[in-house]
Amino acid sequence: MEKRVTFKGIWLPILLVAPQVAVTGVFFFFPAGQAIWQSLFIPDPFGLSMQWVGLGNFEYLLGNSFYRASFLTTAIFSVSVTVVSMAIALYLAVLADRLIKGSGTYRTLLIWPYAVAPAVAGVLWLFMFNTRIGVVTWYLGQLGYDWNHVLNEAEAMGLVVLASSWGRISYNFLFFLAGLQAIPRSVIEAAAIDGARFWTRFRTIVWPLLSPVTFFLLVVNIVYAFFETFGVIHTITGGGPQQATTILVYKVYADGFVGQDLGSSAAQSVILLVVVGILTVIQFKYIERKVHY
Amino acid sequence: MATVTLTGIHKSYGKTEVIHGIDIDIADGELIVIVGPSGCGKSTLLRMVAGLETITSGDLLIDGARLNDAEPMDRNIAMVFQNYALYPHMSVADNMGYALKIARRPKGEIAERVQAAAKMLQLEPYLARKPRELSGGQRQRVAMGRAIVRDPAVFLFDEPLSNLDAKLRVQMRLEIKALQRKLGVTSLYVTHDQVEAMTLADRMIVMNAGVAEQIGTPLDVYERPATVFAAQFIGSPAMNVLPARAEGRVARLANGIGIETGTDASGDVLVGMRPEHMERDPDGPIALDIRMAEPLGANTLLHGSLAGIAQEIVVSLPGVHREDVMAGSARFRIAPEACHLFDAGTGRRL
Ligand SMILES: Nc1ncnc2c1ncn2[C@@H]1O[C@H](COP(=O)(O)OP(=O)(O)OP(=O)(O)O)[C@@H](O)[C@H]1O
Ligand SMILES: [Mg+2]
Repeated sequence: MEKRVTFKGIWLPILLVAPQVAVTGVFFFFPAGQAIWQSLFIPDPFGLSMQWVGLGNFEYLLGNSFYRASFLTTAIFSVSVTVVSMAIALYLAVLADRLIKGSGTYRTLLIWPYAVAPAVAGVLWLFMFNTRIGVVTWYLGQLGYDWNHVLNEAEAMGLVVLASSWGRISYNFLFFLAGLQAIPRSVIEAAAIDGARFWTRFRTIVWPLLSPVTFFLLVVNIVYAFFETFGVIHTITGGGPQQATTILVYKVYADGFVGQDLGSSAAQSVILLVVVGILTVIQFKYIERKVHY
Repeated sequence: MATVTLTGIHKSYGKTEVIHGIDIDIADGELIVIVGPSGCGKSTLLRMVAGLETITSGDLLIDGARLNDAEPMDRNIAMVFQNYALYPHMSVADNMGYALKIARRPKGEIAERVQAAAKMLQLEPYLARKPRELSGGQRQRVAMGRAIVRDPAVFLFDEPLSNLDAKLRVQMRLEIKALQRKLGVTSLYVTHDQVEAMTLADRMIVMNAGVAEQIGTPLDVYERPATVFAAQFIGSPAMNVLPARAEGRVARLANGIGIETGTDASGDVLVGMRPEHMERDPDGPIALDIRMAEPLGANTLLHGSLAGIAQEIVVSLPGVHREDVMAGSARFRIAPEACHLFDAGTGRRL
């Protein structure tokens, strides 16, 4: 059965694809091209002239210990965000899947955080953990724990991971729940009759059948952690203390707009682009093999 | 090998009761077919035995042990689902060996038992394949194999053949019967197909709207249906049932025709006559206006009506008939012992 739509002329298809191509062109190819071009120069502080340096910006960056530290920070941050948000989402989805009564309310409540803008979420968490007036800080203080993410690097990292994961849980939850509900009930029942208890069923049946969803979320969440967490970091820690939460994308901003080193900033965004590209290729090449469709 | 006993099994979903008390004693090795129209509660009953639905009230005993509250895995049963419910990400061999692997049997033993079952079901060439690479009939066999490998006390089948084409269904029906005989495992088999029920069952439960209308051997049900429902559900084409007034051993139909029934009764009754028990007889009491004939080869179905009665009557004559009966009118008789009488109010056999 041919399900595809076939067009007669050439103009209608072109017209239909044009908006997408235009958007991609204006907001991706054009800036990406500009970034690549800029990464080959050093502009003077007033932006009046540019000096050709070839790959000098890249050379300098790769030799810079702060920049290399930022790589490690990014790795820790994105792995943490991905693991935390996916694990919690999966746990909640499994619970929601077993629920029969009231699952609608439960689901709606779980989806709300997704509607909160990252910067707003950042402020929200910042208030809760504020070193002087934060509710959580106060409770932690009662328990004898002195919370101070402004000074403590690990705490700062923990907080931005938490805040970035929070909104992401909703998104992951939706996909995991849909994935769980797509598994035929009778397959689970057959496994139960075959002697598998809940955890064994999860390990041997549910998890493998969920793997396409998990894989998709893995890719999407890593890309999210790399790029879209800027707002959260900017509002909560501003990359500090020291450089503890300066992930690559934040460094692009910090060096480019705060430090006014546009050439280096452009070079960084090019590197970032390449890194994400490589990561995605690796994921598709190696992890996808373990996925059962 | 096990006996299964159901006593007063009820099932309610909230306030609606869907199973109204089923009692049956199933002997070791017996094949019981649960048959009835869609929605009568067959699957629900089976799933209660499997432990996939809770039993609202009543007792389920397997080998004398009350298992109402046991988890499915603690009942030593195997089930074949209508959609087969194979594990899509596992090979045929892994599907069949799954239960043994969970039970931590040694690898060698698992391979051996899977191999033996595969041989029995002619699945050997497909052991390495995934379920999606199999035909419907092969998947059905894998589902059977998965049940056999376990060597359970009880087999449960929920319409295992309904997704197969007619020819394959007949073949698999015979195979299931042979297999069940050979293994001697007590089995419960759900179907809505009365032919399947007749050919497979040692005994059958004829179910209607959550009630067991009759429990008996296929021939029992055929020859002495306990209710009008059982009479009309079992047998094809369905039994003709006409309202009448009984006067001793004669039942008088609405148009005044008297039919000898061989049963003493009085008052309002229903007379049941199987199409295949009606014979042509120029002097017979039943004069039919024949509207249509269906030549099936082995027999010929005549659809007609009695003067003064709107209800259609079906007659099945053996063999091919090309002559007069194909149109117009003809007279028929039925032997008194072939007539079934039912109470018009309760529908029970008289
Ligand atoms: N979860 C449920 N909640 C409420 N009613 C239910 C539920 N499951 C089944 N029923 C009802 O119970 C009755 C019996 O259902 P069941 O699935 O046992 O029928 P069945 O005889 O197997 O029919 P079929 O031949 O169509 O499979 C039906 O009337 C159905 O509507
Ligand atoms: Mg059913």
